[in-house]
Amino acid sequence: MNTQTMERRQHYLNVSYGIKSWLFTTDHKRIAWLYLISITFFFFIGGLFATLIRLELLTPQGDLVQAETYNKLFTMHGVTMIFFFLIPSIPAVLGNFLVPMMIGARDLAFPRLNLASWYIFILGGLFTLTAAAAGGVDTGWTFYTPYSSIYSNTNVALTVMGIFTTGFSSILTGLNFVVTIHRMRAPGLTWFRLPLFIWAMYATSIIFILGTPVIAIALTLVAVERLFHLGIFDPAFGGDPVLFQHLFWFYSHPAVYIMILPAMGVESELITCFSRKRPFGYGFIAFSSVAIAVIGFLVWGHHMFVAGQSVHAGMVFSLLSMLVAIPSAIKVFNWTATLYKGSIALDAPMLYALGFIGLFTIGGLTGLFLATLAVDVHVHDTYFVIAHFHYIMVGGAVMGYLGGIHFWWPKMTGRTYPEPWARVAALIIFVGFNLTFFPQFVLGFLGMPRRYHVYPPEFQVLNVMSSAGASILAVGYILPLLYLIWSLRYGAIAGANPWRARGLEWETPSPPPTDNFEVTPIVTEGAYAYEKEPEEVYTFGEPARV
Amino acid sequence: MAVRLDALLYFLLAVAGFFATLICVLIVAFVIKYRRRSEDERPQPILGDLRLEIFWTVVPLGLTMIMFVWGARLFYITYHPPRDSLEINVVAKQWMWKVQHPEGRSEIDELHIPMARPIKLILTSQDVIHDFFVPAFRVKMDVLPGRYTTFWFEATKPGVYHLFCAQYCGTQHSGMVGRIVVMEPARYQTWLSGETAVISMASAGEKLFQRLACNTCHLESGAGRGPSLVGLFGKKVQLQSGQTVTADENYIRESILEPQAKITAGYPPIMPTFKGLVSEDGIMQIVAYIKSLTHEGTQAKK
Repeated sequence: MNTQTMERRQHYLNVSYGIKSWLFTTDHKRIAWLYLISITFFFFIGGLFATLIRLELLTPQGDLVQAETYNKLFTMHGVTMIFFFLIPSIPAVLGNFLVPMMIGARDLAFPRLNLASWYIFILGGLFTLTAAAAGGVDTGWTFYTPYSSIYSNTNVALTVMGIFTTGFSSILTGLNFVVTIHRMRAPGLTWFRLPLFIWAMYATSIIFILGTPVIAIALTLVAVERLFHLGIFDPAFGGDPVLFQHLFWFYSHPAVYIMILPAMGVESELITCFSRKRPFGYGFIAFSSVAIAVIGFLVWGHHMFVAGQSVHAGMVFSLLSMLVAIPSAIKVFNWTATLYKGSIALDAPMLYALGFIGLFTIGGLTGLFLATLAVDVHVHDTYFVIAHFHYIMVGGAVMGYLGGIHFWWPKMTGRTYPEPWARVAALIIFVGFNLTFFPQFVLGFLGMPRRYHVYPPEFQVLNVMSSAGASILAVGYILPLLYLIWSLRYGAIAGANPWRARGLEWETPSPPPTDNFEVTPIVTEGAYAYEKEPEEVYTFGEPARV
Repeated sequence: MAVRLDALLYFLLAVAGFFATLICVLIVAFVIKYRRRSEDERPQPILGDLRLEIFWTVVPLGLTMIMFVWGARLFYITYHPPRDSLEINVVAKQWMWKVQHPEGRSEIDELHIPMARPIKLILTSQDVIHDFFVPAFRVKMDVLPGRYTTFWFEATKPGVYHLFCAQYCGTQHSGMVGRIVVMEPARYQTWLSGETAVISMASAGEKLFQRLACNTCHLESGAGRGPSLVGLFGKKVQLQSGQTVTADENYIRESILEPQAKITAGYPPIMPTFKGLVSEDGIMQIVAYIKSLTHEGTQAKK
């Protein structure tokens, strides 16, 4: 396809122009862009907070910022990254763009609801940004009571309102995906022919719908106790502080799976494409997603082994936490086995995918330390925990997100990104990430507690290593921002299927037309039929527009 | 305890190290061996292998069960102190640790203990949640407002160790640190008697008991308006509601602050609350006094 026909062909990007055509769009692909731009903004805000934290921790004394400021920085880093970047990242950007395309639909089931979700997300974001600008909040992203509900003098209520509001955007997106996946699959696209990304999105949506209301309730109760001094969590008013932790983690543990399951979905797409093979054990990968979503709801108490819950409750939660590790292990083994006798190309998305396996494996294995009761007693609330969840959420979820963005960038924009730069960036991120977070495992073993503004001098060497790694990581994150924007104008024209991938989204031009497909596709084969020609897998029936 | 925990830690490290290395080696080997040599390669599909799937489900499951049982055993021990433990009371507040020894000596942000003796800590907070963390002993426990939590440890070597607050508790969280000083038993005894005119916690509790006029109702004979407290501690108490509870530290604390919560069978619910009239430190002294009221000697000495 040359530039001339490219410019003439009408697609979702050039069908209309102007800010209104974007702000009032109901096209899932354009809404994906609205999310992409908003969460990128939040990512760099959260990154700025992280940078200040790492700078402060260069020395054992508190010399860059004051204790109160430091506490606000790690709180706002957590709140921004978790609620306004990680949770919406893959579902709202890649999920929005890809779910209808992958199942051969013209849009999501409820396009206007989809747009409403974005506005709700932005409203929640504005509340939280306002809270940050008006002095910030210092409770930690976990909002433990009674500190958050009574003792903190910062903008707790407004921040909590922001998270509460944003939750509705998650619920509506989840609802939209579930209905779409149930009702709008193309003819012949049975459940077991679905791409694994769709399975992952489905499992994530279930958690969105079932889990989010609980954190909404928990945070509302914090606000109620704070504003009206109603005794819910503070024992001084007859409340129970541990009750909050149960409510909070009932959502926030499954929320970890909201962040990692979509990345696992992306992973399955990347590994298969860049080894040109069907996934090893499709059914096991698909059902392990569902198993994670289900068991994930029963393990919240492993955050509370030393919180004063009964020893026996601790044992039950430890056992269940061990069980939730198994489906993750199954996935890792199956991805690795998929590489066996494949045809492996190391393009940038694949570098992210392989990095994901390594980092997620370390993150998962260190999770076992935390699930093991007596060991958790030692490393709980230390830097070991910080390192563990950054391996899962940054090493896992962010690597998956970036891999996915690179992989589908040609589809979203019609242009390719500069491959050499992308490979360099992927390597920089991998190295910088490990240098930042591996020393934190050691710090945790040695006993450095988390959320410490000043720390004993013997921990300094490891902290300096971590901060040095963070500066490398920052370069790695800024690079893609620059070259991806550059490629919007100067990237080579991509063509419909630059990776020679299988999947319905590659059977339509890049960028896709507004209705995704000119004619309704009919699917005759499971996903990932890399040994066959696309024509053997998909046929195109009567014109889609009636 | 720290030694036994470290054995488990090394086991976990070995398992984690093995699997992380295995996966990384496999990935690197596959990437090199099966690298794409021509753009038109089309590998044969391998759909899966049930035996392999079972193998890599069962092996991790077995290993995690070992971790679970091993970890749970040590965990259970940490929260079940031996009977002969030395009991020390700790009150946490933003941002300091207040320690009371049974013999009466108290200290702030420091805890002196004898080595080779089980130490049971009884902890509570005056405000938000804190956490008593001693990395060298591999123990930590949240310190909650409104109730007592306990755990125990035994130090094996004299020395000075870090005490950290591990649960975020506000502005000066990272300043809520202290020292654990482990001493030879003889030196600990000397240290205990170092301060002039200390009275034991139980005696201080007895004074409070009289000052708050508890003794006017809780007569030793049991003939008063409230039940006798002699020999109460550790016993089962029959409640008005038909339930029974064990009279432990948390029960006594609750009965002082919220007397209506659990009414002893056979007594009218007339006790007023002492909320606001007595500090957390004071309640701990009264609990120590009630513990000392045994049938054998009415009151144990010091």
